[in-house]
Amino acid sequence: MEIIMSILSGILFTTGIYNLLQKQLLRIIIGTALISHGAHLFILTMGKLKRGAPPILEYDISQYTDPLPQALILTSIVISFGVTSLLLVLAYRVSKRNETDNMDLLRGNENE
Amino acid sequence: MSNLAVLPIVMPLIAGVLLAFFHNKLPLVRTLAKVLTIINFLVVLYVFYYVINNGSVVLETGGWIAPYGIILVADIFSITLVLTTNIIALATVFYAPLTLSKKQEEFYFYSFFFLLITGVSGAFITGDLFNLFVFFEVLLMASYGLIVLGGERVQLRESIKYVLINLFSSMLFVTTVAFLYSVVGTVNMAQIAERVGEVEQKGVLTTIAILLFFVFGTKAALFPLYYWLPKPYTVPNPVVSALFGALLTKVGIYSIIRIFTLIFVYQTTFTHDLFLWIAVFTLIFGVIGALSTNNIKLIIAYNIIPAVGFMLLGVGILNETAVSGTVYYLVHDMLIKAALFLLIGAIVHLTGTTDLKKMGGLIHHYPLLGWMLFLAALILAGIPPFSGFIGKLLLLQGALLNGEILVVIIGLLSSLLILFSVMKIFIRAFWGEENKEIQPNRKMANKLTIPAIFLLFFSVLLGVGAELFYPGVKNISAYLLDPEIYIQSVLKE
Repeated sequence: MEIIMSILSGILFTTGIYNLLQKQLLRIIIGTALISHGAHLFILTMGKLKRGAPPILEYDISQYTDPLPQALILTSIVISFGVTSLLLVLAYRVSKRNETDNMDLLRGNENE
Repeated sequence: MSNLAVLPIVMPLIAGVLLAFFHNKLPLVRTLAKVLTIINFLVVLYVFYYVINNGSVVLETGGWIAPYGIILVADIFSITLVLTTNIIALATVFYAPLTLSKKQEEFYFYSFFFLLITGVSGAFITGDLFNLFVFFEVLLMASYGLIVLGGERVQLRESIKYVLINLFSSMLFVTTVAFLYSVVGTVNMAQIAERVGEVEQKGVLTTIAILLFFVFGTKAALFPLYYWLPKPYTVPNPVVSALFGALLTKVGIYSIIRIFTLIFVYQTTFTHDLFLWIAVFTLIFGVIGALSTNNIKLIIAYNIIPAVGFMLLGVGILNETAVSGTVYYLVHDMLIKAALFLLIGAIVHLTGTTDLKKMGGLIHHYPLLGWMLFLAALILAGIPPFSGFIGKLLLLQGALLNGEILVVIIGLLSSLLILFSVMKIFIRAFWGEENKEIQPNRKMANKLTIPAIFLLFFSVLLGVGAELFYPGVKNISAYLLDPEIYIQSVLKE
């Protein structure tokens, strides 16, 4: 299971990076979203995947899932959600003010 | 008394939230921001005094004992940096109303400012690797807000690049933490250090170390990852540039110092030798950048890069003299970069241009500003007896102790070129033909210079009073080079 999940997050990373290297702003943002999904899936996988076990340790329970990656992933999801929404607004403003969403044309030059 | 550790984080957080409520009542917000910054500074000063006298303050948040919960560690190294951060905050909060437009101030400048301080202080104080990521995000979020403040074309264009590169490196940070967690089973820095020590950093651990270095290297703007830094740092308001230049890259280099003196110290022939060469290249390329342009803001922004190179040099060499040089240089550079950005901001504000070719003869109108810039240039380049000299002396002495002659030569040469790049501003802007088109405003100039003088005062003090500060810096260096003290203070075994 862990191997499949690792491969899946690897696929998310590659597609994310492919999109990140595009010129259109919206595609770049989709790329960052994909990468963050890959990273989140990866955190969960790294804590070992177990089904049907509670994330708490009590005296009579011998099987339990690691609660820490779940706490980490939750924090990370919230943060990337916030950043992605900010990025969308920012991209909208950038394309509106500069009248282009092509990164090639957004390069800029010296001394302005 | 362990609650003291959380005060430098909580106080600016409360201030930031509080000020968001009155964002359009400017006179009230300005006074409140100044008062709150002063209170915050005094509290941090007390915490600093307490830590110096009583040793590290360790707070286990929520009562969760050390390896399980999030811990905050205010030790001599982190609290010194938090104190420096607050000195810079003090100078910038008095400078801000002078150069910001009314609209920029109303759009939550002070809230973002305090949240930035929260994030920076938090990143310095936390003892948990994942929490470090969270504080990085806090300070980055605040910086995203600050960099677009004003919403001009160029500003928006450059800020999107800034946000993207930081977002990507943050995601990489999370992935690296996940890697590390799967290997050592903890995110508590002291426990990571202990467990890495137990297996002597064998196997995949060195790979993870390099990944972490890549993440922090992006944030700290090291060769070859500095390409994103110069332009976004020049587009926002000078106050914001000063805060960014003084604080943001330093958090990256702080993390490198912390991680590579505490956790990954067992394969130095591989990791730390790599750092040495990266540091040398950072020096060379940063200086070339600084020499390549006539845009005064860009010159100063490029000057951040060789400074980071110098600090990394100390980590690469990793002996007591060099590390104390790094610590000294870190504090020095935070102060002087803030002062320089404020002075350059004043020039740009007064002349209305960033192009050196369009300036000249400013010394007739603004003698104080001119001589302060001259002083700042001397301090930056490391002319004795100023603070840059002491830091570089210790670093290069450390390099000589390890027999790295080439590093010493490149270090000295780049210092010379740094001096040249900043002196160019002084010569071209303050000497020469007077530009008749610019209306002088001496009163404004003096007002703008005062916060920079405040920072330069500390900088000069740091250099002239080196005798006084050196034992403390040496203490920090000895503390950093002995990870056992940190581990003991956190895990209390």
